[in-house]
Amino acid sequence: MSKMPSYTSTTNACKLCKPLGASIAFRGIEGCVPFLHGSQGCATYMRRYIISHFNEPIDIASSSLGEKNAIYGGGPNLKLGLKNVTSKYAPQLIGVATTCLTETIGDDVPMLLAEYRNEFGGSEMPLLVHVSTPSYSGTHMEGFHAAVKAVVEQLASDTIANGSINLLSGFISPADIRYLRGVCDDFGMATTILPDYSDTLDGPAENDYPLIPAGGTPLHAIKQMGGARATIELGATLPAESGGTVLLHRHATPLHRTGLPIGIRATDAFFALLSELSGRAVPAPHAAARGRLIDSMVDGHKYIFGKRAVIYGEEDLVVGLVSFLAEIGVQPVLCASGGKSGRFADAITAALAGLDCELPIVREDVDFFDIETLALELGIDLVIGHSKGYTFARKENLPLIRVGFPIHDRVGGQRILHLGYHGAQALFDLITNTVIDRKQSESPVGYSYM
Amino acid sequence: MSTLPLLNERSSQIHRKGTAPFELECNKDSLAGAVSQRACVFCGSRVVLYPIADALHLVHGPIGCAVYTWDIRGALSSGPELHRLSFSTDLQELDVVFGGEKKLEKALNELIPLHKPKAAFVYSTCIVGLIGDDLEAVCKKVGAVHGIPVLPVQSNGLKGNKRAGYEAACDAMARLVGTGDITGISKHSINILGDFNLAGEIWLIREYFERMGIEVVANITGDGRVDDIRRCHGAALNVVQCSGATMDLANRMQKRYGIPSVRVSYFGVEDMAEALYTVGRHFGDQEMLEKARQIVKKELVTLLPELAKYKKALSGKKAAIYVGGAFKAFSLVKAFRLIGMDVVMVGSQTGTKEDYLELEQITDPGTIIVDDSNPLELSAFLREKDVDLFVGGVKERPIAYKLGVAFCDHNHERKEMLAGFQGMLNFAREVYGSVMSPVWKFVPRRLPLQDQDGTEVASEQ
Repeated sequence: MSKMPSYTSTTNACKLCKPLGASIAFRGIEGCVPFLHGSQGCATYMRRYIISHFNEPIDIASSSLGEKNAIYGGGPNLKLGLKNVTSKYAPQLIGVATTCLTETIGDDVPMLLAEYRNEFGGSEMPLLVHVSTPSYSGTHMEGFHAAVKAVVEQLASDTIANGSINLLSGFISPADIRYLRGVCDDFGMATTILPDYSDTLDGPAENDYPLIPAGGTPLHAIKQMGGARATIELGATLPAESGGTVLLHRHATPLHRTGLPIGIRATDAFFALLSELSGRAVPAPHAAARGRLIDSMVDGHKYIFGKRAVIYGEEDLVVGLVSFLAEIGVQPVLCASGGKSGRFADAITAALAGLDCELPIVREDVDFFDIETLALELGIDLVIGHSKGYTFARKENLPLIRVGFPIHDRVGGQRILHLGYHGAQALFDLITNTVIDRKQSESPVGYSYM
Repeated sequence: MSTLPLLNERSSQIHRKGTAPFELECNKDSLAGAVSQRACVFCGSRVVLYPIADALHLVHGPIGCAVYTWDIRGALSSGPELHRLSFSTDLQELDVVFGGEKKLEKALNELIPLHKPKAAFVYSTCIVGLIGDDLEAVCKKVGAVHGIPVLPVQSNGLKGNKRAGYEAACDAMARLVGTGDITGISKHSINILGDFNLAGEIWLIREYFERMGIEVVANITGDGRVDDIRRCHGAALNVVQCSGATMDLANRMQKRYGIPSVRVSYFGVEDMAEALYTVGRHFGDQEMLEKARQIVKKELVTLLPELAKYKKALSGKKAAIYVGGAFKAFSLVKAFRLIGMDVVMVGSQTGTKEDYLELEQITDPGTIIVDDSNPLELSAFLREKDVDLFVGGVKERPIAYKLGVAFCDHNHERKEMLAGFQGMLNFAREVYGSVMSPVWKFVPRRLPLQDQDGTEVASEQ
């Protein structure tokens, strides 16, 4: 077993900071402008990072704090910023997330927002949601979940039963969100997916710069989430307190937590849950897609059996991918994440239960220096994760299967489908063909039949 | 969107040439809520120092600051690649409460023996400024232990805007200057300041100078080396391109060592040639000037006929420019003229009064000149001027594309060599490749130009 030294510093992080996750979650709400209470750089850097993945505009406002604000408090700049954003963007909602700076100077954001409401209240005033996201604790995933929770906590008020389903789908791709919406439609269920950035971060060509891109979870639907029949919350390493638990405890909305539906068994479980909630059998097109997936797995199984993979990224995504890889006979040997939920290893073990798959090494709170060090000892055929593993994959001459966020060195990161039978099909073809391609290009003569 | 969604506080930072006497405010803190395209002090320091390839660059702060600047520049190295790794102390809550000095010291003590850098730069971030970690003291202590320069970069994000970060970077480098041996340096020697070796550009520039018989002592900072910077005070002249970022260092060297400096640009044919002539004239060496002329001549013979092809297609097209530094904008205005395009909007994140005055002088009437802009303003300008191409960086790209406008990346992440004579051709090719793409026939912006069965009935070409 590895004797990996534990370094004090982080080298090539496998995580992002909390406010970034909150910004993306806020972007998935109709009429919402994300707003970072901190110095200008945070907003600009995160915009740049997010743009490089989605290739879409993402305006994140900032209170642009300077030195004086740090001494006397950021309140005046926060209010000025809210006022400017309101006059320029006419948002329905401003999602205010803090940063390391404002958390440390101790700005009382809820109080400042209350003051702001008193000073500028009126029919024109957007709703304000605040979330505490100090960049020095947790990762972008905590920020994402915290923002979802804040939205539910601060906006979901109506508990009149409305028969719909809440789907808190976690940090997935726009293609995944679109897919989930389609699935829920096919089950005939009225569903509120929160957040929904499938349009706001993957929009059409336009003839105008969208002040706020169309799409996002409608505010009226969020307000009614307390009256839903049930909440489904996707993720295998979810925090104890989340949007789902808020709905459960405050509004008595029954909560079903299940991992991301990646691969066959996780998707089966998810579809079974939808069947139960909707009272309908799995719709024929999805049953057919499952059938085709398994047929293709038969066709391709030999090429990938026993290949050894390292998988990294957000914990929930890694858990889903590991489950799927084990199903197709790829051996996950190292599962790594910069996150530190404390639930990662158990979730991986649970995801592999029932399959004849050796338990991989599971590491949370690691960076790419650690991942590389470990991977070298393990003997790897495939690297599976986001673009930031490229440096390592290139150095070791290993094929990189790009999934998750961020994809900064390819087009179409937002179009990667990970979920459901369709996502599994796409991933299966990609992985299998990558392995075939490698073998083909390494062959001295090449071949045109498999 | 017919009216510009302009915030009142921003009006003094936008000028339309010919509408009123020229006056433009700049170097102000970004307006809260304006969604500025600007980053922060830390960013300013990081981008300047980043290309020093044999130094350890450790970001003392929460993880975000390091991760968003990991390998962010396309700055190539001919040797070590240490600059491409992203090191951070990844401050946690307890570090913030109890101070991060111990963690910083420990991190340095681990990283320096592991990577054996020639020097270490330790970047301060917002939070470090707030909790008051004594970077200076930690760096001094660690430097003494390992026998390398460990340099604090006072780039606390709150200290001002990006320009303050440039100064912090120069401040850190100034501590290196003067610590190396300068024996044997030619009297015809220069330092190249403010080129960051994006896509290998500094190799091209160095070669031009070397062909003129000039010794290049230090690249500051593209393909930079610590030891070169330590002895760069032995050079006879500082040749400064990105003046916003590195003029401060040149000025310090003038004061301390009496080394004069000249400002140049390597973008576009005129400025590239002028850069070589300026340096030749400085040394007052006829043979050197003759060599410069020969270089220019040789390059232009092949370049101009090539450019003519692109100019034919691009003539009369309209361009908008929004870049980090204003000096690049001057060159771009001229480069666009060379390929027949009209610049109708030009702006920067960090220009000075003098910069904007110069832009006002070299642009055509009606041109919009803007400081520290934001997506809504920029998109309104693009639409108002009905531009064919926008030049900017990653943050500007979706603004152009969403509106159905062609784009050229002229920022620090680009992978195309745009400097020098070869770079001018690459620039023309890239502009041509985007402006002339058939894709613009399908975007909503051009739909009114088609009749119902999709045949084009009017064209701007």
